[in-house]
Formats: sequence, structure tokens, C-alpha cells
Amino acid sequence: MHENKEKKCKKEDKFLKELFSEYKPVKDNLIQMLNEIQEHYGYVPIDVQKQLSEFLSIPMAEIYGVVTFYSRFSLEPKGKYCISVCLGTACFVKGSQKIMDRLQERLGIGAGQTTEDGLISIDETRCVGACGLAPVFTVNGEVYGKATVKKLDEVLDEILNRKEN
Amino acid sequence: MKTLQEIHKIREEKRKELDLRVNTKADTREKHILVCHGTGCTSSKSPQILENFRKILKEKNITNVRVIKTGCFGLCAKGPIVIIRPEDTFYALVTPEDCEEIIEKHIIKGEKVERLLCKDIDGKIVNSLDELNFYKKQKRIALKNCGVINPEEIDEYIAFDGYRALERVLKEMSQEEVIDVIKKSGLRGRGGAGFPTGKKWELTKASEGEQKYVVCNADEGDPGAFMDRSILEGDPHSVLEAMEIAGYTIGANKGYIYVRAEYPIAVKRLQIAIDEARDYGILGENIFGTDFSFDIEIRLGAGAFVCGEETALLESIEGKRGQPRVKPPYPAQSGLWGKPTLINNVETYANIAQIILKGPEWFSSIGTETSKGTKVFALGGNVNNIGLVEVPMGTTLREIVYDIGGGIPNGRDFKAAQTGGPSGGCIPKEHLYTPIDYESLKEIGSMMGSGGLIVMDDTKCMVCLAKFYLEFTVSESCGKCTPCRIGTKRMLEILEKLCNGEGEELDLYKLEKLAANIQKSSICGLGQSAPNPVVSTLKYFREEFRQHAIQKECKTLECKAMAKITINEEKCKGCGLCQKHCPVNAIDGTGRDKRIINQEKCIKCGTCIASCPFHAIGN
Repeated sequence: MHENKEKKCKKEDKFLKELFSEYKPVKDNLIQMLNEIQEHYGYVPIDVQKQLSEFLSIPMAEIYGVVTFYSRFSLEPKGKYCISVCLGTACFVKGSQKIMDRLQERLGIGAGQTTEDGLISIDETRCVGACGLAPVFTVNGEVYGKATVKKLDEVLDEILNRKEN
Repeated sequence: MKTLQEIHKIREEKRKELDLRVNTKADTREKHILVCHGTGCTSSKSPQILENFRKILKEKNITNVRVIKTGCFGLCAKGPIVIIRPEDTFYALVTPEDCEEIIEKHIIKGEKVERLLCKDIDGKIVNSLDELNFYKKQKRIALKNCGVINPEEIDEYIAFDGYRALERVLKEMSQEEVIDVIKKSGLRGRGGAGFPTGKKWELTKASEGEQKYVVCNADEGDPGAFMDRSILEGDPHSVLEAMEIAGYTIGANKGYIYVRAEYPIAVKRLQIAIDEARDYGILGENIFGTDFSFDIEIRLGAGAFVCGEETALLESIEGKRGQPRVKPPYPAQSGLWGKPTLINNVETYANIAQIILKGPEWFSSIGTETSKGTKVFALGGNVNNIGLVEVPMGTTLREIVYDIGGGIPNGRDFKAAQTGGPSGGCIPKEHLYTPIDYESLKEIGSMMGSGGLIVMDDTKCMVCLAKFYLEFTVSESCGKCTPCRIGTKRMLEILEKLCNGEGEELDLYKLEKLAANIQKSSICGLGQSAPNPVVSTLKYFREEFRQHAIQKECKTLECKAMAKITINEEKCKGCGLCQKHCPVNAIDGTGRDKRIINQEKCIKCGTCIASCPFHAIGN
């Protein structure tokens, strides 16, 4: 366990090292770099923000301000399965709110939150662009189109019953 | 690096080779299987379809057939779409398992696979794209290459007149002449506000400054709109070419494309296009041997709707929170890092090269008195043909919804159409015959917006819809100015009250007053237009608002607090179908019993209503 953690740390160090050598330390690179960090970790850890602050010579408060302004950046890790329900207008008109309500009811958490065991998080997204399939939800990026409450239940049951969880 | 002569040669040779893409009578033994790779079709497995085709062709050793990845064909409702050229056969709703049969039957035996041919709304089987009602009233300018070329191959763009406009501008035209052409064409900004594009270019050129910038606004935040994304995915070079023309015209050597990170396919194809253009020397130093140099960089957004506002977008490119600046000064005077900056939307750029090539008179002959050219709409919601449509300005809403869109599904009635997204308004039935242009939409309380067009049938509650848009604005308000930050929140609270059956008549007046104040006193376009969805629904559907406020009644099922689904005892035959379909087991009764809904368990999803063959269930 301990060994694993150390390995993980080393790997992350490598990612940051590469990131800091790829970008010049100029202020306008902040959002580009945050996008890569979010992509890599699934969130923006606070100590990475500190390192960014030093690298770009931007006060920590300002970085925190940017991270919390944009909805793509998250301060907390996401669950193993991230279920996003599209609440764009085209999906909304086709009833995606019902899917969202059902999801929240079944998991007992709200949008933007993660279940206590870290298994599933719920996100709301605005238009994934698959309006022809509306309403849609995605599980870790995989699109489920023409969704119904029943379909969601099936997908959810399947995830919850997976042995490896 | 390619010389101009080499590029001319590529154009000539490639155009001959690709003739079969646009000419059904092309003289060739080759066939091209085009597989749509827009986001919609990609999410329903079109990459696997492409792979299967290639694999099967290889196994069968067929060499005269190529499989091509293209941008969006437009008719997303029928996706994944496969088109075979030159005969122009249109296969709809194709699955990866169908590939074998298509190759076996269509390619080898020369027979059409009847079961996969696309059916029109009237049930008629169509053999080719042009026969579809969906395409008959469309005119494609901005989407000209979408679905025709492979967006990841610069040669295919060059084959269809790509970069010819840039060459003409750099070799034959002065900056003033370009501005003159754009002004004469009557092109106006396609991002929503409709500012004359030529005028914008002229203003930015006139601004003093050594360093200037060209920016492309590809932060398409309007939920349910995907026009810009489809252009970037289907024809990215058209945007690059126009940005270079703009750069030459205003005297800039650097461009930025600000695109949503939520559009991974568009970002990837843009990057490929930029790399290819650099490779050919079409981007970079001394383009086409002239002393004009230009380069383009991509900047990713991070999920903030307000960044579609031009000054907020500039802040975001600079790496800051995307909060709008107070105007004036306008970006044309003081934009990116305080330098004069030209910002246009993706679709605006997509028109430029063709205006240069075909002339301003050609462009201004299309459209209405004040709005020239075409507009792309993302048609969605309760309409049969969901997809991307490009129509001449002045086309009526009725033509778009019924002739192109194929009408409302499930035999329901049209209730309203929403244009302009969270900044626009709802258009009711009585305005279906309004010819769509910038002015007419404004007159009836909506706006052109970026081009989202959502159709709603009579099962939709307009109060709920207004609430939906306000929820969006509240969560996307940047917080800089008070009217927008607090005002929209107060409006949302009132709408929530109305939807929960706790409203009163006075609330309607409060909403109107708040709306007027927010419109007048917010800093940016987002705030000023945030109340529009409420104002327009209040204007056209006031009776529905009054029902919510006074009778505490919602005629649709959407306001759950007021909805109660019941089974009509007389009509119920005890078949149990509703019970079978109910996702939460909220229906009691066994055998041939009349069924009863357990109101405590019922989530009012309406599944039972749809499932009952005797129409015994309702609210």
C-alpha cells in the first residue's frame, strides 16, 4: 500500500515536471495548465495550486479565484463513475430533468457531489452535442441516448452490482 | 512548405479525384463511403462503423472503394448516417453490424440495402440526399463543405476552392478593397447581436497600434446549440482561412481561437488543421511569398457561459476569471492585452472566403432587406428532424419547423419555439409565419442569437421553461454586477414559487419590474438579456402564468407539486400495462383489478400515461 502511494507520487511528480517545462511561466497560460491538471487528476489539488502559484508568480488567491470561477475545474476528486445528465435545452425539453431527479433520488446526493464510498458522482452538463439522441446522460464519457428513467435504473443497477466495486 | 504552384496542382488533381463527391454522374469506377463523424453520430458508434467498413474491404480485397470520415450531414435524428457516392445513396440509423451487408449487397452486387434506406416523415423511402424534404429548402454556404470533405485532410479543403480566397486577397486586393467587399455583402455577426461585420473590420483597421489581434469566438455556450461546433468539426480550414484574411485586412499577425473544452473533437480537428496549414506554409511567415505573416493558437475555455461575451472571452484568454469589461472602450480599440482586437464568431468567418470568391452581390442577393445571406440553426426539441439546418434569411419559422423539421412528433401540437437560448425568447404559434431575420425576431421579443432553435409541443409548461432558463443564468452569472447577480436570483425564486403552487398574482408584476430593471442596468449582454425568456413567455403565455399563480394549476405534468396523476376507473380495463411500465412500482392492483396509483410513491414521470392503450390515465 505504502509502496503504491509512493509510486503514484513519483508518477505525479513526473507529470508536473513535464507540465512546467512545456509551458512558459507567463500569466495567460494559467487556464491552459489548469485544464491539463484537471484532466490528469480529475480535480485540481490544493498543493498543485500552490506550485502553480510559484511557477506563474500569481498569488494563490487569484488562482483559487480562477479555479472556482470555471465549472470545469473541481476542488474535489470525482467518483470512480461519473454520471453526467445533459440539461441543455434540447434534452430538457425531452425530459432530462426526470432522469436527473431519479438519479439524485437513488443515490441520495445532489449534482456536483460524490457518494460517500467514492463510487459515483453526479454532474450536470449543458449540451454534449448529441441533441439528436436527446435526452442523454453519460457515464465516464460514454453516451447513453434516448434515455428513460428505466434505462437509467438499469445502468445504475449494473454499476452498483459490479463485483470489482 | 508548398509553393503556390504546388498548391494549384494539388487543387487541380484532387478536385478531379473528388468529383464523385459532388457529381452523381462522375466518370469513375471508384466509390466513396462517407461516414458522418460529427459529435452526434460519433456518440452512436460511427467510428466503429468506419473501422468495420475498412476491415471488410480489406478482407475482401476491394480496392476501388474508399471509406471517408466527414463532418456533420445535418440530419442528426437519423444518425449514424452513411452516404455512398457518386450515386448519393443515403443510409440511416446504421449500426456496425450492418457494414457487412452494405458491402456485400451495395458494393459487390450493386443493389441497395432497402431496409437501411432513409425514410422521410411521410414514410416515403428516399434514395438520395436531395430527395429528402429536410434538405429541399436549405441553402448551404457556411456548411458547404460539411459532410463533403474529410476535415482532417487539407488537400480535400484545397480541392474545393480552399485557400483561393486568401490567395486572391493577398495577391490582388488592398485592405480597403477587402473591407469594401465585406461591407457591400451586408454580412452581419452570426454570434447573435448582428453587428455589421465589414464595419467591425473597418473600425479595427482604423485603430492605431503596432500590435493587433484577430480572435475567433468558438465558445458556443447556448445549451442545445451546436452550429459552430459542427463547422469546426466539419470544415475547420474555412475558419482559419477567414481569420488570415481578417488578419491581413486589419493589420494583425496573430490569431486566437477560443473554443470550449467540452468540444474535444472540434479541438482535435482544429489542431490538425493548424498543423497542416503550418506544414504547407499557409500559416506562418511570408504566406504565399508575400510579406504577410500570420499564426493561430487555440485557447480552451473551461465551462463558463459568460465567456461567450466578447470582453469576458478576452479576459479568459489572458488567463483570468471571465468577467466582462465595461464598454466602451470596445475591443476594436482596446482588446486583448489592451491592443486593438477583432472578434468574430465561427459562422461569420465561415462565410468570408465565399463572399470574396463569389462577390458581395451574390451574397447580398440572398436574404432579406436588412439581413443578408443564410443562417445556421440547430433544430432540436419536440420536432421530427432534429439536426443542423442552414436556410436563407427570411425563411419563416413555419417552413423550418414543418417543411424542414417534419413537424411535431406523436401527433402533438406546436406550442412555442425558442430562439437565442438563455438570451432569447419564446415564439408562439401566432408568429409562425414571421420571416426570420435579425429585426423581425427582435420585434416579436426574441432574438437571432447564435442559432439554437428549440421546438416545444403542447405538453410543455412555459413557467417551467422560464424557470429552466433562469436557473441557467443564475448559475452562469459571473457575479460582477448586482442587477444580474442578485436580480436574476430573485426572479428565479419567484418562478420557483409559481411552479410549486405557492405563487400569487402580484408575482407576475414583480417579475416584470425586476426584468425591466435588470435589462436596463446590467453591465454586459448576458445580464441585459437574461430576463428575455421570462419576459417573452409572460407576454405570450400570460394565461398559463395566471393559472399557476391564482388557480394553482399546471395543465402539463411538469410542475410536480401541482400535478396528480390518476386512473379513470370507468376507462380502466385492468390490463396491468401501466403497472409493468411504472419505474417505481407506484401502481397497485392485481389480476383484472382496476389499477390505482399510490400517490406517495408516484414520481409523476408520465410513463403510465403513454403506456395506457385505453387513455384511462391523465392529470
